[in-house]
Amino acid sequence: MEFLFNLISGISLGSIYAIIALGYTMVYGIAKMLNFAHGDVIMVGAYICFFATARYGLNPLLGVLLSMVVCTVLGIVIERLAYKPLRQAPALAVLITAIGMSYFLQNAAQLLWTSSPKVFPSVVKGSVKLFDGALSVSFVTIVTILVCVIIMVALVLFVNKTRIGKSMRAVSEDKGAAQLMGINVNSTISLTFAIGSALAAIAGVLLCSAYPTLVPTTGAMPGIKAFTAAVFGGIGSIPGALIGGILLGIIEIFAKAYISTQLSDAIVFAVLIVVLLVKPTGLLGKKVSEKV
Amino acid sequence: MQMAKMVPIPSTGLLTERDLGTAPILEATHLGIEFGGLKAVDDFNITVGRTEIAGLIGPNGAGKTTVFNLLTKVYQPTHGTILLDGKDTHGMNAIQVNKAGIARTFQNIRLFNSLTVEENVKLGLHNHTHYSTLEGILRMPKYWQEEKRAHERALELLSIFDMQDLADHKAGSLPYGAQRRLEIVRALATEPKLLLLDEPAAGMNPSETAELMENIRKIRDTFQIAILLIEHDMQLVMNICEGIAVLNYGKIIAKGTPEEIQANPQVIEAYLGKKKED
Amino acid sequence: MNLKTMNKTTRSNMITYLMVIVAFVIVQVMMAGGNISSSLKGQLVPICAYIVMAISLNLTVGVLGELSLGHAGFMSAGAFSGVVAAQCFSQNINNPVLVLILAMIVGGIVAAIVGVLVGVPVLRLSGDYLAIVTLAFGEIIKGIVNNLFVGLDSNGLHFCMIKNTLEMDTDGKLLINGPMGLLGIPRIATFTMGFVLIMVCLIVIFNLVNSKSGRAIMALRDNKIAAQSVGINVTNYKLMAFVISAAMAGMAGVLFATNFSTVVASKFDINTSILVLVFVVLGGLGNMRGSIIAATVLTVLPEMLREFSEYRMLVYAIVLIVMMLATNNPTLKNALGSFGAKVTGIFKKKPAKGDNANG
Repeated sequence: MEFLFNLISGISLGSIYAIIALGYTMVYGIAKMLNFAHGDVIMVGAYICFFATARYGLNPLLGVLLSMVVCTVLGIVIERLAYKPLRQAPALAVLITAIGMSYFLQNAAQLLWTSSPKVFPSVVKGSVKLFDGALSVSFVTIVTILVCVIIMVALVLFVNKTRIGKSMRAVSEDKGAAQLMGINVNSTISLTFAIGSALAAIAGVLLCSAYPTLVPTTGAMPGIKAFTAAVFGGIGSIPGALIGGILLGIIEIFAKAYISTQLSDAIVFAVLIVVLLVKPTGLLGKKVSEKV
Repeated sequence: MQMAKMVPIPSTGLLTERDLGTAPILEATHLGIEFGGLKAVDDFNITVGRTEIAGLIGPNGAGKTTVFNLLTKVYQPTHGTILLDGKDTHGMNAIQVNKAGIARTFQNIRLFNSLTVEENVKLGLHNHTHYSTLEGILRMPKYWQEEKRAHERALELLSIFDMQDLADHKAGSLPYGAQRRLEIVRALATEPKLLLLDEPAAGMNPSETAELMENIRKIRDTFQIAILLIEHDMQLVMNICEGIAVLNYGKIIAKGTPEEIQANPQVIEAYLGKKKED
Repeated sequence: MNLKTMNKTTRSNMITYLMVIVAFVIVQVMMAGGNISSSLKGQLVPICAYIVMAISLNLTVGVLGELSLGHAGFMSAGAFSGVVAAQCFSQNINNPVLVLILAMIVGGIVAAIVGVLVGVPVLRLSGDYLAIVTLAFGEIIKGIVNNLFVGLDSNGLHFCMIKNTLEMDTDGKLLINGPMGLLGIPRIATFTMGFVLIMVCLIVIFNLVNSKSGRAIMALRDNKIAAQSVGINVTNYKLMAFVISAAMAGMAGVLFATNFSTVVASKFDINTSILVLVFVVLGGLGNMRGSIIAATVLTVLPEMLREFSEYRMLVYAIVLIVMMLATNNPTLKNALGSFGAKVTGIFKKKPAKGDNANG
């Protein structure tokens, strides 16, 4: 029973990672950059929802919507201000900028909202008892998994079936050619950031509903782990983000339960390293080689 | 000056002791590579003589640069064998192939842009500069000796194209033509037996091209090496190449002397398209 | 030597050496005259440690062109192993300077070994992947050290992980106490030793960069495929730069730790890695002199501007972003360039983004 409980917890945590990983994987696929600040957008999303619901008594659903709107705007602004001017710059410069942006968000949050932890009220309360009460699963856990599945299906349909989705795929394949075909590359990239950031807001709310302590660095570690998940599944691949996220969540929970709580992060990162070494393109990724 | 082991250059005029036998320097047979089912190069065969200047021509996208990438092991060929100086290069990587004697230039110039012209050439001399990292850090006598030698050698090599005065300039700041010439010098510094030039005349004006043509001949004559070049400038190719291979859709469609190639109907068709029959 | 006959790089390096020596002498004179505040005095050794961290990271980021986000991990490995070594050595050796030197050597070697262990597998990667893996390794090192217990008694050293299950004699002394970190560190670090370490590291870096190995490292930063085409073993040189950088960080860790009586593992976390990265970026990639100045100023300044301390990290973040935008966006670069030229006027123009490793 403990095993089943851990498995469900793992899948639930993994679902959150998967939603965050989507933001990384889409941005990486299209803008070819690691948006280090993505994890901190999650934190911002959680704070917005916290203030909307706990302080101003807004309906939780409206709170989530509000935080999605704020994060979407934030994502677009970050892209326009910090990343767009560096489209032609070396990757190192873009990465350092993204790290700077991550730090900026964390420290701005600390100034605005202080570093004292906020107790996040779960957006979904209660739990369901299974097997005559031997197994208690909170509704948050179930909602998280459901939300993740819905987002995945919606996103796959969006990217494959819609016109905008097609242009996103085109930009990710070849920016120059896409431009020549009349696709607005800049707005496509902005849109990608917008979608990723809106998803980050959802992830933030779900994350803090499951783990209710909210501090300015809340998003940092899950962000890095979700990137790990994205790499694990194969960067650029939407199903890859799902598989990678869920596997990583399970690994983390099991490491915590059966090996050591303190070392669980180290174990998760060890998994990342092994994956990158054995299969740098991830489970579902495809190989891209430099043209000579 | 001690010039043992060194390849002569114009200013010294010394002759190399290398075996100048008649066996070809390069023999590639049935060479091929597939990218996801697409045969970029298929059943490619070429033989280049020891001091031959050979040309590889063909329409855009014919797979010429891919052939260079196969010969230099930027890509590992999926089929065929490459014999360099009679030795199979199977299993070698790009670094080992260079050490074995193939040096190249790139179609889209690849210089070390933030380093100086001299440093670029010294990097070509990397495997011929003999001191260890520790000797370098501790500035042992060996370091000073070898650095001095490398410096002099670099200037000598630059003098082929009369570029000594540019030694302290950043490679990235050079004009286009000079960058192409610097790439050739850097490649020569590795003391190759076979030099691969990928569109050396691209972007050059007619007088620069004429000068380049002379210099390619001069390089072959003084260094006694083989040169295989890809070029779209037909005048250059027909003028200096002794043998020419024509590539189309990854396959060789013709081989021969410049005269034979010019008269070959298949070549004309590949370049100008098929004439409508009746 | 005549400054005018030297080539540009050598001259620039000499200026850097001179700057460090002059700064050292001035501080010594001020200390002798009692003209230095006690808070600044306490900062001298950490400044030296951060300078070494900055120049060594600059070797990886500026010269090799790869981003390492786990530099503090090497500092940690060095600090913890070096302090344990110092505790062992000081049982038999009475001279604190000798103990410190030996401890630094041990710390440097351990960090270098960790560097090899990290480097051999991960240096096949590059760019974003390499950055994230170094970050992961930094966190793994932190996780391990955080759960490490080391004790010393008459039978020698005792190790265990996660829970303190050390069985020591009564004379036993706990050296590393898990999350509580290093305890009872002999405070043997001195400003003079810090100065010596900076000079040694500078000499190693400058001499390396101006040798064939250094050229090879810069070549693979500029163009990996071209470097291979002239027969340069890319992986070897990448590893070399990475390991030298790690060893220096390890020695800096020993210097840093022996300035305090206790040090916890979480001191060497991602925040420290990024702080050092800020020094490197602000000082200019590949520009060692810039790193030294940035590390010094950014360590001293917050102490002097205490009231703004809460904005410090925010300002660092903005510095990172603005520096990158200013040096890499053509429009901004030109605008700032002409502005900078006016300001610096009489000084010779130095590239903001050090293309070559000098200074």
